Amino acid sequence: MTIHTRMDDADRRNRLDDMAQGVLSTAMDRPDGPLKVSGRAPYAHEVQPEGMLHGVFVRAPRIGRVVSLDDAAARAMDGVETVVTDDRLLRNPAQGTANEAPVQGPREVFYVGQPIALVVARTFETARAAALSVGVEIADAERAPVAPQDYDSPDKKQSSQGDLDAAMRDAAVTVDRMYTTPAHSSAPMEPHAAIAEWDGDRLTLRGSLQMLKFNRNELADSLGIDPKNLRILSPYVGGGFGSKLGVAPEAVAAAIAAQETGRPVGVALSRQQVFEATMRRSETRQRVRLAADAEGRLTGIGHDAWVSNLPDESYSEPVTQATPFTYRGENRVIGHHVARVSRTCAGSVRAPGEAVGITVFEIAMDELAHAAGIDPVELRRRNIPDRDPTKDIPFSSNMLAQALDAGAAAFGWDDSRPAPGSRREGEWMIGQGMASAVRVNNLAEAKARVTLNPDGTALVETDMTDIGTGSYAILTQIAAEMLGLPPERVEVRLGDTDLPPGSGSGGSVGASSSGSAVFLACQGVRERLAEAMGVAETDLTLKDGQAIADNRSTPLGDVIDGPVEALGHIEPGKTSKAVRQATWGAYFAEVAVNSVTGETRVRRMHGTFAAGRILNAKTARSQCLGGMTFGIGMALTEELMHDARDGHVVNRDLAEYHIPVNADVPQITVELLMEERDPWTNPMQAKGIGELGICGAAAAIVNAIHQATGVRVRDLPATLDKVMAGLED
Amino acid sequence: MTPFDYDRATEVTQAIDAGRIIAGGTNLLDLMKLGVETPDRLTDINRLDLKTIEEHQGGLRIGALVSNSDLAADARVRRDWPVLSRALLSGASGQLRNMATTGGNLLQRTRCYYFQDVSSPCNKRDPGSGCAAMGGATRLHAILGGSEHCIATHPSDMAVAMQALDASVEIEGRDGARTVPLSRFYLLPGDRPDIETELEPGELITAVTLPPPPPGRQTYRKVRDRASYAFALVSVAGIVAMEDGRIAQAALAFGGVAPRPWRDPEVETALAGREPTAETFDAAADILLRDAEGHGGNDFKIPLLRRTLRAVLTDLTTEG
Ligand SMILES: Cc1cc2nc3c(=O)[nH]c(=O)nc-3n(C[C@H](O)[C@H](O)[C@H](O)COP(=O)(O)OP(=O)(O)OC[C@H]3O[C@@H](n4cnc5c(N)ncnc54)[C@H](O)[C@@H]3O)c2cc1C
Repeated sequence: MTIHTRMDDADRRNRLDDMAQGVLSTAMDRPDGPLKVSGRAPYAHEVQPEGMLHGVFVRAPRIGRVVSLDDAAARAMDGVETVVTDDRLLRNPAQGTANEAPVQGPREVFYVGQPIALVVARTFETARAAALSVGVEIADAERAPVAPQDYDSPDKKQSSQGDLDAAMRDAAVTVDRMYTTPAHSSAPMEPHAAIAEWDGDRLTLRGSLQMLKFNRNELADSLGIDPKNLRILSPYVGGGFGSKLGVAPEAVAAAIAAQETGRPVGVALSRQQVFEATMRRSETRQRVRLAADAEGRLTGIGHDAWVSNLPDESYSEPVTQATPFTYRGENRVIGHHVARVSRTCAGSVRAPGEAVGITVFEIAMDELAHAAGIDPVELRRRNIPDRDPTKDIPFSSNMLAQALDAGAAAFGWDDSRPAPGSRREGEWMIGQGMASAVRVNNLAEAKARVTLNPDGTALVETDMTDIGTGSYAILTQIAAEMLGLPPERVEVRLGDTDLPPGSGSGGSVGASSSGSAVFLACQGVRERLAEAMGVAETDLTLKDGQAIADNRSTPLGDVIDGPVEALGHIEPGKTSKAVRQATWGAYFAEVAVNSVTGETRVRRMHGTFAAGRILNAKTARSQCLGGMTFGIGMALTEELMHDARDGHVVNRDLAEYHIPVNADVPQITVELLMEERDPWTNPMQAKGIGELGICGAAAAIVNAIHQATGVRVRDLPATLDKVMAGLED
Repeated sequence: MTPFDYDRATEVTQAIDAGRIIAGGTNLLDLMKLGVETPDRLTDINRLDLKTIEEHQGGLRIGALVSNSDLAADARVRRDWPVLSRALLSGASGQLRNMATTGGNLLQRTRCYYFQDVSSPCNKRDPGSGCAAMGGATRLHAILGGSEHCIATHPSDMAVAMQALDASVEIEGRDGARTVPLSRFYLLPGDRPDIETELEPGELITAVTLPPPPPGRQTYRKVRDRASYAFALVSVAGIVAMEDGRIAQAALAFGGVAPRPWRDPEVETALAGREPTAETFDAAADILLRDAEGHGGNDFKIPLLRRTLRAVLTDLTTEG
């Protein structure tokens, strides 16, 4: 039996609130946690079949066309089996949800560090040494410049309403500024890895991937095989942050090498390769124009973004994604401009769009608050629109005002607007800053199967992934809640393309989409139970393995005599266009800036967030903590540096690509607005929370630096040199 | 990493004219994986009896295999040479300091991005191939003591403190033992950036000696891109003794700014006998920076070094 729902209308039944088990929304520990900390959760490269060979990529040292590859020395090394230069090798990973092969062919080099061959040997060490010994001759070829020069402005990505120029002219207060953000790397803890094993013409691939149903088609298309002959396993993924959305060079290379050698082959990227050959977030230049009346009410908004990518990539960082609806303003211009560059492929990294777009916008809003002499929290409150001002449609829910108020109260926001630079403790200058959080909310198609057994256990199955976010936990909770079972009686199987296709992890859709599929499947099981008991499903209470109806409590084993199975299938529908769906929040930060060196230390940080029904208070909080930690990195330290001459990634390891370390991360508090139910999103009234915590976080810190010092940093990250330049001698 | 032979020395003599020395391996192994270092033989010295810190001529003799953690935690070091303890604790991470050794720390190689990338030209790695840092990313690079052939910095914090403490390096070679003051141990790049120290091929560092504790107050201040686990953009090891409201004697060494831990006697002369005023400090900074040269990405180190020096001197000359 299949329960299928298309979200064509609001679902106000709030069915989950009728359930009795009481496990949903609680801060339940992740069932996979103990496995992970004790090394029993096998990651992609850890289940090594007998006789597995190791592949290591040869990297392109420069851009152009490969003229010759001298692998004589490599092949002569003891233990080297082959050197793969197959035309099917990928230039770069597939973009998220591409569902087809990305650009292929190892001979045309489009960026320094592109994998151009795979050396396969009996040991990893041999393969690595042999890969380094391969001589590569590359001739010049026509290529895009290594730094952005000429930009295209695709028509369908420009929009304009009203007359912004006039609004700017007539405004009491304006801001018109340029900002830049650097390229970022996902830098997941687990490097990208794959193990391929053929059995006749059937391929099994263990990979570190986020979206298996797409990855299967992408890999099959890359290899030229029927997707039916391909099984992908990704039960545990050590962080993705977008960089594992699409199938990537290591998976394709492992599969080809395994075919050529007739042996299983494993390929794991080095840390340096993770930086130069997986997706980066594009650097951005952004111009923000704000026109406001004397009370700070926005009359006009301009937001232009300049980004880059490799030739033939359709993806470009959707910087302005939330600009159309976050604030009021009848005159609005949005521009999007893309340059083609010879650099590592740009793709989704940690909240593509809002992470950098809202961050910059919220710095501009702070500038407006100062120019207008209005408290920054109040400025935002005054600009919350009643409806999506661009599309003129209602919000499914808009929690920005609540988040601002609750956040300001929790943080102890000082709305007296002390003059910048007025608070000092010895060498340290103290300041506070805030910013709004906004992230669009989406639903993706997903399926899941749920089986309830007479012994009161249940099995949940979908190819959904858990990239460290808590999928195992929340799917367990949803099923336990719906079926009235203690969570330990629910088993969740994920990350296997043989299972019903879920949504995958990405764009914050995983929990609400795959979760809805599990919800619907449970709904189906409940209907079967209700039928067996002769009651309406809505009159059935399930709790602790008992079915309760008509004042009778019956053990499940007495209701069913065999497993009851149902498939849940959720699809997005009209509600995704009929209303504007988004998640909301507010950040508050206090920083200390050293008046000698310009070093910034975040002293405390708070975020209040609303994302519909919260499925697990602990994993939701963890996502927000992680997002805000990334915000600290984005504000202060993180920058993927490209060499100006050949575009190569200069800082290719975690010693020089500075993500925050423990000492950089102070006490962070997270408040979740647990009561929200958003009926337009899905049958669980939940929304995605994975990325919300980073969408604007950095702005709170940059704004606090301004409060502390009077220095306005418009080129992120706010490294000490940029702050010091504005400090007194 | 190219294949290599491996042996273990149990006597000092077995480590002389032997393979490439491996101590903690925290630097050497990383560079081997990158193909930057390609020794065909490694000699592991971890079984040598070089792990003690002993009192020596009123000062200390620190065995080459004393770990950075143990040295930083030594009660005598913490009491009498606190600049050294602080410098050590500001470096790397707890895990790395447990493995890192005194000898290895002195000889760790530069973190220059281009030195670590075998596809880039680098005169230090591949003499005569050129310097990719010139015209490239130079955030980590030198403003003092570089040459047109190399502007890499020495990354050690420990060595900066030792430089200010007038430490010496004890070396054993085929012709016996010798002692080289740290001030002469490191060489400037000139046109041979591949030759970094006085150590001859085949020689072994056996110890570092510290003279008796200097008078005055000591501090180590490290400025970096994040709060921990980052190399110094600028660091200052300072030891200042005051007498009658004047600076009697100052020893200052600087990290993150030069191809070696930087010490400039003229800076110290300019401070001796002076009152600790802003003018005095600025005059010292002027001398320190008289030949400083930025390369774009590291221009900020010039004002940063001045500001940090002034703050350190203010701190060391203010009662409190
Ligand atoms: C991520 C990271 C961050 C770091 N951050 C810092 C930092 O902030 N500050 C800092 O100062 N350091 C830092 N370090 C560097 C660290 O201090 C050095 O790697 C360490 O001190 C090297 O010591 P080792 O014993 O491991 O040396 P090894 O790697 O074993 O050897 C280094 C070199 O010394 C030679 N050698 C070792 N011992 C002897 C001897 N007795 N005689 C002759 N030759 C010898 C070896 O042949 C080799 O060339 C960092 C390192 C890493 C990896």
